[in-house]
Amino acid sequence: MMATTLAEKIIARAAGRDRVRPGEVVTAQVDLAMIHDSGGPRRVQPILETLGVGLWDARKVVLISDHFVPGDTDEGARILELTRQWAKQRRVSFYDGQGICHVVLPERGHLAPGMLVVGGDSHSPTGGAFGAYMFGVGATEMAGVLATGEIWLEVPGTILLEWRNRLSPGVTAKDMMLALCGRLGMDGGGYQAVEYAGPAIAALSMQERMTLSNMAAELGAQAGLIAPDATTAAYLETAGATPGDWQGLRTDADAALAAHHVFDAAALAPQVAAPHSPANAMPVGEAPDTAIDVAYIGACTGAKYDDLAAAAAILRGRRLAPGVALLVAPASRQDQERAAADGIMAVFEAVGGRLLPNACGICAGYGAHRLGEDVTCISSTARNFKGRMGAASAKVWLASPLSVAAAAVTGRITDPRALLAERGAA
Amino acid sequence: MAGRVFLVGDDIDTDQLAPGRYMAGGVEALAQHCLEGVRPDFARTVRPGDILVAGRNFGAGSSREQAVEALRHLGVAGIVAHSFAGIFFRNAINLGLPVMTAADLGAVADGDRAELDVAAAALRLPDRGETVALAPLADNLRALLADGGLVPHLKKRFAAREAQR
Ligand code: SF4
Repeated sequence: MMATTLAEKIIARAAGRDRVRPGEVVTAQVDLAMIHDSGGPRRVQPILETLGVGLWDARKVVLISDHFVPGDTDEGARILELTRQWAKQRRVSFYDGQGICHVVLPERGHLAPGMLVVGGDSHSPTGGAFGAYMFGVGATEMAGVLATGEIWLEVPGTILLEWRNRLSPGVTAKDMMLALCGRLGMDGGGYQAVEYAGPAIAALSMQERMTLSNMAAELGAQAGLIAPDATTAAYLETAGATPGDWQGLRTDADAALAAHHVFDAAALAPQVAAPHSPANAMPVGEAPDTAIDVAYIGACTGAKYDDLAAAAAILRGRRLAPGVALLVAPASRQDQERAAADGIMAVFEAVGGRLLPNACGICAGYGAHRLGEDVTCISSTARNFKGRMGAASAKVWLASPLSVAAAAVTGRITDPRALLAERGAA
Repeated sequence: MAGRVFLVGDDIDTDQLAPGRYMAGGVEALAQHCLEGVRPDFARTVRPGDILVAGRNFGAGSSREQAVEALRHLGVAGIVAHSFAGIFFRNAINLGLPVMTAADLGAVADGDRAELDVAAAALRLPDRGETVALAPLADNLRALLADGGLVPHLKKRFAAREAQR
């Protein structure tokens, strides 16, 4: 048996082949298609009508409303209504206002290791955290998938990102990812598959792993994989999914790689990325002294249960700096409920944080809380492109939920470890 | 039918092809401003059948399909580059715009008459009597292009299925 990568194993199976090689173009059978209210029904339905066909298999389509939730504009309300009607007619699984698609999909048990999944959103690599080959496509391709259940893909090379040792306290998956964006650049992934491995990855929770896979998109990779392990299996069982036969789903030790980078997790400091690119990453200690107006805990990559818990660990028993607004948009309803049960939501309430819907919200530039002119924001989201979260003059710094919470307390970009240490001493 | 070569450099991104600030004007407006940052005369002078020849990482940036639509709207017959950004490459094939790579494009000059032969994987330069070898496209991608992109390709497939019934 030739040694193969995790990506090759999944793609070969989906393409009905014994093995595939990087650079080959194959046609794969799609195990699941995920669409949302923005890129979904309103865009694919006209194409399906042109083709004069229905869905290839409604049981393999999941629709999630998240971009236009809560539908507080005329346009948003109209799009949500169209989305709901389509879900009803087409009888697909539909989660309405339950949270952000990339978080809801695994949490409701739709993902399992070894699947080939296509998503109508650029952060679809998130599914790679579960050992699924998941990637994002535009509306035309999604319509093709919905009509046929097939998609072509060029077998990618694998860029192995190996993280040795363990993260130190106060350092998170988001910090790893911002450091990678800074090191490799936003096209460092070259539309190949990146794979995260090593003891630091094995030690991460599933939600932290999801942050890494999610932001494979910021590296310009097609997929962001993590080989499934006992942590994956435990998460899937809780979510009601069947982990299946995942033991062999890994990159063989002597498989040919496109590149192999090694990092020391223990040496990593918390990172921030300056406006207007995730690649503008630097250790928080090297960031210029910057006052902030808004602290945003939100998005698929920065407001899951683990992210909320991290932020609350900083905020508990403290106050917001004068003039700073803290906005919290938990990534899913389930995560919010869990956080409420654990007293985490009460911490945000106690400091005067404003709770926003379980939706994309200002990460996608929607809603009443979009950033105004000249506002400086520190955000747990994945992208800080100019104008994305509101006014083009707004400046967005990306950081971990810990660092966002720390900045909310001091009013300036702050190393969260200082606040954690204070707590330790008390 | 030979067109002319428009030569551009590395890292032409989707914002240069379909500038975000003209998005509201639809493909017509986007096409009028296509590549204006690097070739201010491009939209005015390009004619159907012309070919873009580029460096590395053509089409980097966002996944917007409009970047391809703007070029198609102007009648660009194809793009030959050292390399393409992954999502742009997918979008181009799926919308029926030939995109091909070549290891060496040193023989091509701006304004050359040129003809792109997808099936033969060749860029012909009749005035120079030269032919630049291109990396061949996989059969299924060639079939997509031959039909004009994914939607017409599927239409044909579904029609054939219908006819068999
Ligand atoms: S939260 Fe932001 S990054 Fe995540 S799916 Fe929504 S818009 Fe995209």
